Amino acid sequence: MRTRDPEKRRRDFKEVALGLTQAQALKEARRCLQCKKPKCVSGCPVEIDIPKFIAAIREYDFKGGLEVIRKCNMLPAVCGRVCPQENQCQGSCVLGRKSKPVAIGALERFAADYEVKSKAPDAPVSIEQNSIKTAVIGAGPAGLTAAADLAKLGYDVTIFEALHEPGGVLTYGIPEFRLPKKIIHREIERIKKLGVKILLNWVVGRTQTLDELFEEGFRAVFIGVGAGSPKYMKIPGENLNNVYFASEFLTRVNLMKADQFPVYDTPVKRAKKVAVVGGGNVAMDAARTAMRLGAEKVYIVYRRSEEEMPCRLEEVEHAKEEVIELMVLAAPKEIIGDERGYVKAIKCDRMVLCEPDESGRRKPECSGEEFILEVDQVIMAIGQTSNPILVRSVNGLNTWGAGYIVTDNEGRTSIPGIFAGGDISTGAATVISAMGAGKRAARAIDSYVKELSLAKK
Amino acid sequence: MFTILNKESLAPQVDSIIIEAPYIAKHAKAGNFVVLRINEKGERIPLTIADSSKTEGTITLLFQKTGKTTEELGMLKPGNIIRDIAGPLGHDTPMHDYGHCVLVGGGIGSATLFPILKALKDRNNRVTTILGARTRELIIWENRFKEVTDELLLTTDDGSSGRKGLVTEVLKEVIETGDVKLVIAVGPVRMMQAVSELTKPFGVKTLVSLNPVMVEGTGMCGACRVNVGGKTRFACVEGPEFDGHEVDFQGLIDRLGFYREEEARALEAFRKKKCKGKCKSA
Repeated sequence: MRTRDPEKRRRDFKEVALGLTQAQALKEARRCLQCKKPKCVSGCPVEIDIPKFIAAIREYDFKGGLEVIRKCNMLPAVCGRVCPQENQCQGSCVLGRKSKPVAIGALERFAADYEVKSKAPDAPVSIEQNSIKTAVIGAGPAGLTAAADLAKLGYDVTIFEALHEPGGVLTYGIPEFRLPKKIIHREIERIKKLGVKILLNWVVGRTQTLDELFEEGFRAVFIGVGAGSPKYMKIPGENLNNVYFASEFLTRVNLMKADQFPVYDTPVKRAKKVAVVGGGNVAMDAARTAMRLGAEKVYIVYRRSEEEMPCRLEEVEHAKEEVIELMVLAAPKEIIGDERGYVKAIKCDRMVLCEPDESGRRKPECSGEEFILEVDQVIMAIGQTSNPILVRSVNGLNTWGAGYIVTDNEGRTSIPGIFAGGDISTGAATVISAMGAGKRAARAIDSYVKELSLAKK
Repeated sequence: MFTILNKESLAPQVDSIIIEAPYIAKHAKAGNFVVLRINEKGERIPLTIADSSKTEGTITLLFQKTGKTTEELGMLKPGNIIRDIAGPLGHDTPMHDYGHCVLVGGGIGSATLFPILKALKDRNNRVTTILGARTRELIIWENRFKEVTDELLLTTDDGSSGRKGLVTEVLKEVIETGDVKLVIAVGPVRMMQAVSELTKPFGVKTLVSLNPVMVEGTGMCGACRVNVGGKTRFACVEGPEFDGHEVDFQGLIDRLGFYREEEARALEAFRKKKCKGKCKSA
């Protein structure tokens, strides 16, 4: 896929990847073998009929291709940009065994973007409504998908969102240069056209309890509140000034638009030398954001080697193109501050890789050597954990680990009528796996509500 | 969208507003706060719920006009809209039959203490309230406290009301003469620190309500983290009240000063825009 020149793009927030041209899309679509038993579909958590949408693109029926995708996925422009396709649909493509797999993600994005460019009017939505109220907590990928699917089944759906904008991690987490906000807005508007209502600033568990929602006539609730609470390393110096959790750093820029301070009221500190700790997508996003805020030097400090980095391949490639330096096999042990309580350096252990651990990745161990990296900002991107607000407000909800909700594969929790999915049940994972969970839960809610009505009769 | 129903000036630079927010009012408990954003370009700031009425469906917020957002808030009038308010957030103040409690407030700290006072009195605790300020007119809600508390003691730096001196001097006397079970202090960080240092040798349980910088206020960003008892805690979901004997006050002060430069810049830009360059800088 075409991308913008790294020298230019690393100092602004405009989108990096440019998408396929029509000619490229047609050429790529023609590479698809149209397998009778398509492996790609089984690699897709939201079960898109991939050969069918690609076939439509081949026939220049871009709008038709998009309709095929939308049957299963109401966020195609988002997924075409942020899915780790190499591990999913494209990872299963048979062409990948001998050469390159079909660029399914790029084609999905092309179909979604084509609609915007062609300014085609929305087809009117006609859904037979059943007027049964269902509630969705959290307007992130899991919640939006569950809500859209429930609305398509005829339910009267309300999403309750704690923040002042919908989108969840798509809005506060993923930066503009990777996923422009107007794309999210457009896809959310389309979900609203299915009849989904979104109430903002609504912290379920506090503004209203789940019990009160049931009293108001909601028959079932889907919890998709994500795993928003940042993990910390518990090393000295973590509370110094200019140590950020990636969640705060990215929220300031993405949700609050701190890059445009003082036009927007929320500030963010711009630093000269930045160390971002972690090797996932969030770490890449934070590093590339720090670069765009004007840093002279950005390091990614990661305790394993590049091969073990959990981020998408494309993200680390883009980061490297933007002159972000990978400092691998380095585990921070202390953040050193000056006399005013500001970061001045980070001390790390040099690591060596040993036998694989339970995750299958080779385990890093201290080599005994340490080094000091002089930086004036440290951003921690070592993962997120469950947010306690809603979970602790519900009696009898079974949880595991750090407060994640126990569910079966269809999202059923220990309480009938309460369903959950996405990061709040699995721990931090991907946008698309959360969407898959939302989709399965919507089906489970539908059968639960139908059984309930039968039982009443 | 939230409508301002009433507005009052309580002291120089201190206003209170009553806002229509029925769901928040229904669930507000002592110790809770809201996060608000005035408009689309605004920042999210936490403010304590100083009072609430379930029947009226309203909440009362108190604020001191010390920065851009609070100054802008102070310019809003009844009928105006606040775009976003989320809450109630934060832990409820733990309520028991403690016995004799002492509330210590400095300046705007009254806003946090008033609902705590009411909740303590609902449980039939005996409550002594000590309010301190620089000067008489900066003592907030004196009459409201007088109506509910068993005993109200005032201190001012200049002696214009009550005792001339600091709240800690009066608190010390109260602790020495009575069987105090709990102290709750809310106000400037240095005041809360002084209160905590005073009560520690007496072994009196002391809660302080912390006011670190917050962004989203629901435990997701970690901006509000404070060191309590050697552990990192998030004030928005684990606080805002903590054991005063365990709080790293210096760390809190350092973090509170982190954006001072930006805060000054934002305020200056706002004032300039407000008077379109015609007035002198304040």
